[in-house]
Amino acid sequence: MLENEANPTLSKSTGLPRKRFYRARAHSNPLSDSHFPVPTSPCHVDFSLHYPQFCSSSDQIDSSKKIQFADIGCGFGGLLISLSTLFPDTLMIGMELRDKVTEYVKERILALRVANPGQYQNISVVRTNSMKYIPNYFEKGQLSKMFFLFPDPHFKEKNHRRRVISTHLLDEYAYALGVGGIIYTITDVEELGDWMKACLESHPMFEALTEEELEADPVVKLLSSATEESQKVARNGGQTFQAVYRRIMPAA
Amino acid sequence: MEETLIEEGETNKDIEVAPALIAVHPTQKSVAVAVGSDLRVFDFQGVSAVSLVDDTSGPFHKDSIRAIRYSADGNLFVSAGDDKVVKIWSTESWCCICTVPSEKRVSAVALSNDSLYVCFADKFGVVWVVDLDGFDGNQMLVNKKAAPLLAHYCSIITSLEFSPDGRFVISADRDFKIRVTVFPKKPLDGAHEIQSFCLGHTEFVSCLDFVFTSDYPQGFLVSGSGDSTVRLWDISSGSLLDTCEVGAKAELLESNGKEEECSLAITDLCTFPDGTLIAVATQSLQGIVLLSCDLSTRTLSITRVVSIMGEAFIPTSLGMSSSAGLLWMVTGVSNLHRFDNPPLARVRIVSGFEKSSPGDPTVLEDNEILGGDKLLEKLQGSVSVEEKVFLAAAEAVKTAMSNLLVKKQYSTEKREFRKRARNDRKIKQ
Repeated sequence: MLENEANPTLSKSTGLPRKRFYRARAHSNPLSDSHFPVPTSPCHVDFSLHYPQFCSSSDQIDSSKKIQFADIGCGFGGLLISLSTLFPDTLMIGMELRDKVTEYVKERILALRVANPGQYQNISVVRTNSMKYIPNYFEKGQLSKMFFLFPDPHFKEKNHRRRVISTHLLDEYAYALGVGGIIYTITDVEELGDWMKACLESHPMFEALTEEELEADPVVKLLSSATEESQKVARNGGQTFQAVYRRIMPAA
Repeated sequence: MEETLIEEGETNKDIEVAPALIAVHPTQKSVAVAVGSDLRVFDFQGVSAVSLVDDTSGPFHKDSIRAIRYSADGNLFVSAGDDKVVKIWSTESWCCICTVPSEKRVSAVALSNDSLYVCFADKFGVVWVVDLDGFDGNQMLVNKKAAPLLAHYCSIITSLEFSPDGRFVISADRDFKIRVTVFPKKPLDGAHEIQSFCLGHTEFVSCLDFVFTSDYPQGFLVSGSGDSTVRLWDISSGSLLDTCEVGAKAELLESNGKEEECSLAITDLCTFPDGTLIAVATQSLQGIVLLSCDLSTRTLSITRVVSIMGEAFIPTSLGMSSSAGLLWMVTGVSNLHRFDNPPLARVRIVSGFEKSSPGDPTVLEDNEILGGDKLLEKLQGSVSVEEKVFLAAAEAVKTAMSNLLVKKQYSTEKREFRKRARNDRKIKQ
């Protein structure tokens, strides 16, 4: 941990990055033109940089292993880190638009990998606008889970088109999700919860999970406990509204 | 630096011009040219200029027309543009049968192959659909409303096209993307099933068309882009089959003299009905590049360049009928107010593509054109047009296109500078 002494942004005791050095604004405009590099197509993404251990030992493991979980707007990465140990053999990626937050998650994962050898090798993060560039990262039907946890509510009606769940964007998510894949959404804003549920309910390529299925899914419990945002809501005794839907074949 | 920013903003309005467009009836019964808000149609059967009849709410277009197209059967014609209306015309009477309002400016139109649906795309990336069910050819359709079909997330859609078999609708945008969507049985409920994305262009996609023959009825998609390439795609998988660097060829021709251009955008392309030839118009090239497409090996290659001699003619739009073997070209621009009113355009025709008489393609002289001076006067706005008008027009179109579609690149310093003006964030010195 010699480096840490030179690097004040990492905590001396845990080796993890300290959030205070990665302050960022709470919102980011998804409509603005992006100035970060975007891969031309999914085959242009070099995942060996993201998952060095999985790729170096690719002789034993299926070398065509692909990312299966995507956390859209991963924020500070709480969910990814919980999922990482729950599904150690599944590659997952967080997508975040805010530059500094992405940097934080990157540092956090690297620090966790150092502190827990062999663990946290299956998670990574990219800075991107997932409302625009999902097809640049994932092939058709590649994903099995997508997460939209505590997205920006965009209360004003004129800003509703900035919401990350909308009928038109669900078409793209349905493209990236394989049949049977699950989309998880949760929010502490009732209005947005209703909106997301209504969008999913009316979409011909999604159906709601039954109560029993929700009960049996270990991931559902994480929605309201794993992320920084959900912990904040819990601290303040707030209510949450979730919608969990499965990608289905549309009725012909 | 602040001053320059403001200046850019002010000049934007002046250079926001629309290129002249051309569309040819599938069996060449008529030809239409749009310049600015002017829609000009010439009828070959009567060999006369057509006067349009528009009794719908707001007659004729009020602002630049951005897209025109005939239906596959030739019975309908659609025009739309910056005035946020889509007009559907009967080509029999040249009467406007329907005016559909749009929330935003319209950037592209397409008609389904069975002519039952009109699709149009707006500048915010939403594609809308209007059903023409029940239209028998004469009556006017009132109160038609468009329903949202699909959307690209807040990106300008540059081109819309139906696949030859009618199963898919293809939309291209300025974010380098081409989306292939299954055209549903009930389009008014939206098109939710995405077949594929064709990704590979590294700049805005400007134009789309299909090559298909009787051997390959499902056809292949060709696209032109601001990255100066033309690419060939398999739409069912979205895979890139071939890339042809057309801009490099055009640059070679142009390099004999003037300044070096970084890349020349493809402005329009047009496939020939026999499915092997593609005509490509490029910024700054006085003429067209002909590509041939080998459907069995799925490759594109440049066959030749047809230069236009004796005139500085850089086409802004190409059109072709499916029967006559003539390639129509137009150049012009909506409102270069310092030059003319009404706006002028220039039309040229290339002939010699018939398979039966394999001669070199030649550009017809004005006196060889069917319809002669009458046609030119109608479509161009005047029989003879000064050359300098068109050089200026081509230049204006080029600037407008790059302003509209190319992503602005700001240096890090400039971005930091702009951030400094933000009042919610203080930079610690």
